[in-house]
Amino acid sequence: MSATGIGAAVRRKEDFRFVTGKGQYTDDINRPGQTYIHFVRSPHAHAKIKSIDSAEAKKAPGVVAVLTGADLANDKIGNLICGWAITSKDGSPMKMSAHPAIANVKACHVGDAVAVVIAETLAQAKDAGEKVKVDYEVLPAVADPAKAQAKGAPLIHDVAPHNTIYQWHLGDQKAVEAAIKSAKHVTKLHFINNRLVPNAIEPRAALADYDAGSEHLTLWNTSQNPHVARLVIAAFVGMAPEHKLRVIAPDVGGGFGSKIFIYPEEVVCLWAARKVNRPVKWNSDRSEAFLTDCHGRDHVTHAEMAFDAEGKITALRAKTIANLGAYMSTFSSSVPTYLYATLLSGQYGIPNIYCEVDAVYTNTVPVDAYRGAGRPEATYVVERLVEVGAREMGIDPADLRKRNFIKSFPHATPVIMTYDAGDYNASLKKAMELADVKGFGKRKRDSARHGKLRGLGYSTYIEACGIAPSQAVGSLGAGVGLWESAEVRVNPTGSVEILTGSHSHGQGHETTFAQLVSERLGIPIENISIVHGDTDKVQFGMGTYGSRSGAVGMSAIVKALDKVEAKAKKVAAFMLEAAEGDIEFKDGKFTVAGTDKAAAWGDVALNAYIAHKFTGAELEPGLKEGAFYDPTNFTFPAGCHICEVEVDPETGHTDIMAWTAVDDFGVIINPMIVEGQVHGGIAQGVGQALYEGTVYDKEGQLVTGSYMDYAMPRADYLPSFRVDTTETKCPSNPLGIKGCGEAGAIAAPAAVMNAITDAIGTEHIAMPATPATVWAAIQKTHHSRKAAE
Amino acid sequence: MPAVSMTVNGKPVSADADSRTLLVQFLRETLRLTGTHVGCDTSQCGACVVHLDGKAVKSCTIFAWQAAGANVTTIEGLANGATLHPMQEAFRDNHGLQCGFCTPGMIMTAVDMVNRKGHHLDDKTIREELEGNICRCTGYHNIVKSIAAGAKAMA
Repeated sequence: MSATGIGAAVRRKEDFRFVTGKGQYTDDINRPGQTYIHFVRSPHAHAKIKSIDSAEAKKAPGVVAVLTGADLANDKIGNLICGWAITSKDGSPMKMSAHPAIANVKACHVGDAVAVVIAETLAQAKDAGEKVKVDYEVLPAVADPAKAQAKGAPLIHDVAPHNTIYQWHLGDQKAVEAAIKSAKHVTKLHFINNRLVPNAIEPRAALADYDAGSEHLTLWNTSQNPHVARLVIAAFVGMAPEHKLRVIAPDVGGGFGSKIFIYPEEVVCLWAARKVNRPVKWNSDRSEAFLTDCHGRDHVTHAEMAFDAEGKITALRAKTIANLGAYMSTFSSSVPTYLYATLLSGQYGIPNIYCEVDAVYTNTVPVDAYRGAGRPEATYVVERLVEVGAREMGIDPADLRKRNFIKSFPHATPVIMTYDAGDYNASLKKAMELADVKGFGKRKRDSARHGKLRGLGYSTYIEACGIAPSQAVGSLGAGVGLWESAEVRVNPTGSVEILTGSHSHGQGHETTFAQLVSERLGIPIENISIVHGDTDKVQFGMGTYGSRSGAVGMSAIVKALDKVEAKAKKVAAFMLEAAEGDIEFKDGKFTVAGTDKAAAWGDVALNAYIAHKFTGAELEPGLKEGAFYDPTNFTFPAGCHICEVEVDPETGHTDIMAWTAVDDFGVIINPMIVEGQVHGGIAQGVGQALYEGTVYDKEGQLVTGSYMDYAMPRADYLPSFRVDTTETKCPSNPLGIKGCGEAGAIAAPAAVMNAITDAIGTEHIAMPATPATVWAAIQKTHHSRKAAE
Repeated sequence: MPAVSMTVNGKPVSADADSRTLLVQFLRETLRLTGTHVGCDTSQCGACVVHLDGKAVKSCTIFAWQAAGANVTTIEGLANGATLHPMQEAFRDNHGLQCGFCTPGMIMTAVDMVNRKGHHLDDKTIREELEGNICRCTGYHNIVKSIAAGAKAMA
């Protein structure tokens, strides 16, 4: 292993600019003559827009224009779309409503935009926004997914009777029924997977510029996938032809899924920039982010797990209602279906699985992918059921897991996936050793001596990552293939630019991708630049989400590097006057087998451009190659997280005393960066389990709409984490990478809740397990025990 | 609009500012010092922390005119040319940042923490002192490590 190659904990190349304040985020970019846009948003969850009077606003100081949904419709700007088609079990297509970027007929959630003001300064735009008079007819609203389908519930979109978007299912219903009937033991649980607000610390932003001379639009925005944004805005919204629209996602301050989607604001900025013929800038404030960034999770699930006399799982059945909010966001339909039910086998050989999912509209912010997207929900169902099943049957939870682990690969589950490699016992064993599970009994007694309840919880999770295989996702309804692209440009001096369709918003691609190239070409990482996030530079790409940049994005680079090496060998063959087949390339040097003839990387690069040694007829000058990589399968990172908590029964307060994570991510490029990804994922998972709960009241008002009400995990809420790995290589990509970005968020909630319920002795407690919730659960158990006595 | 004068990163500056202009807006929009960030609107996240006369403040909670005559240091003023401040170096060495958006505020808070609490900071102290800074990427683990290392390096 070289100091900067694969496996080295290299310091990040991007950090110098970030620690010196020289990052370039969207809101740091300004254009001459720019205007500022302010969105006038509905204060009601559900309301007809009877009329909008903008006369007074138009006269306010500094106002350039006031525009409404009617103007947008007049200009024939198309609706936003959901790009993944789901078919209901009766064969009918999903019920996608119209989603105009500015509501024209009615507002469907608090925060739905109804008008915009464009002014010389942001303050003027906001001031004038106060003067836009919207006459609303307030309609009854529904925010609770469990109530959305009820008789008499307010209908949000005519296209979707009973607010039902689809009723989908997966698996063999009859086989599951039979297995449950003949089971020795059935564990049943009711879950609410709490709604979360992603909260990347950089709020979303957009800056649109129109060049009237070339009729060219440029959009700078906070996107995880600028090419997909360009495609959707061009092809579906119809804003401009694709070749006349440039999307640039510069430094992006965190995404966690929330910046994948195509949002109304960027569409409106582009449209407005052309309309007023000046640049238009928008920067979300945090309150606006709570009301407009797609939220995550929000499932209501009833699930059962059946066991035989030996504790082998014989069946799993789940019925889920998934809240998709007021409109279907870009990938929303896939999250509670193919990213969820397909992982319900967990790490276990479960012969029979059946899952039904009803997706519903409610008068809330749209819900879409958030770190893990479907897989945390699946893991929560499986890992809580296994843990509770073990407790009910009096079997050690680790032992029950071991009895059911899948041990031979490939393994086809009854829910589509074929797991390719793994060693689940190895990660469990290592985690148990590191967490000193053997010493837990003593620690529990010590805690009891000072009045505390100690608990230990496992989560042996699995995820399907490297979200890609076009054949697979296409057959399941995805509107686009999810391959990745790369281009390797070798300069005459031997330095290299890598153009990638992946997008880094914290993951450190400028470092890890350079490590791959350094290892392969034997050149220092300083001589390698990673170019991403600009549709004028990188031809096309699918972006970064679903832990796909390593497994898919880097594999595309490998494929392009293969081509570069092949071409460079031809150049070297001319230079060294040898047969191409005799050229070997190692450590940045081309040699002729069996001789001392050699040419350095830089010399070959130069000769490729000077082309003295060969004619164009023999070999094309230059050294630049591109590749598209489409894998054959998902990747399957898996591992074991163990959480140990101490609960104060007097206050209900939970302290996490220790966290142990042992993950199998396959081959790791930069262990320092991978550990960081695990830490961050766990923090978000702990946030879901202990702190973060999104609350809507009955009228559809978002009660938790700021950092004053929504509990973001802070430094003193969290422990330090013990993080380690095991390794089985992923067989389906050339690097053996599985991906690591989402693991923590997927594993953590079940580990925390398994630990808390172990501590307090009741399973009836929902996330977030705030002190009030835990205290109430303890009191209830205490009282029911007393009553029983 | 009245003119506001102050010293920013050692240089005297003077510019017109509306009475409701926040210090962070003055820094970002008037002076184009975009290293100071805004991550919330309730003074919770700490992405906007700068030093005002040597003490950490959230620049979203004071008006530009309130800083008139003061010495303001932003993240851009911390390094000595190409030589990073030890706290900046510590964040880089310990992978104390991912997306980088909260980082300027974190580093400015960390330097202030060392100024007030000294060079030997235990994890508990660091975590408590970070009450006013939110990071969504790192889970704080490596930020805590960075600050402990940076504090020692500043001695």
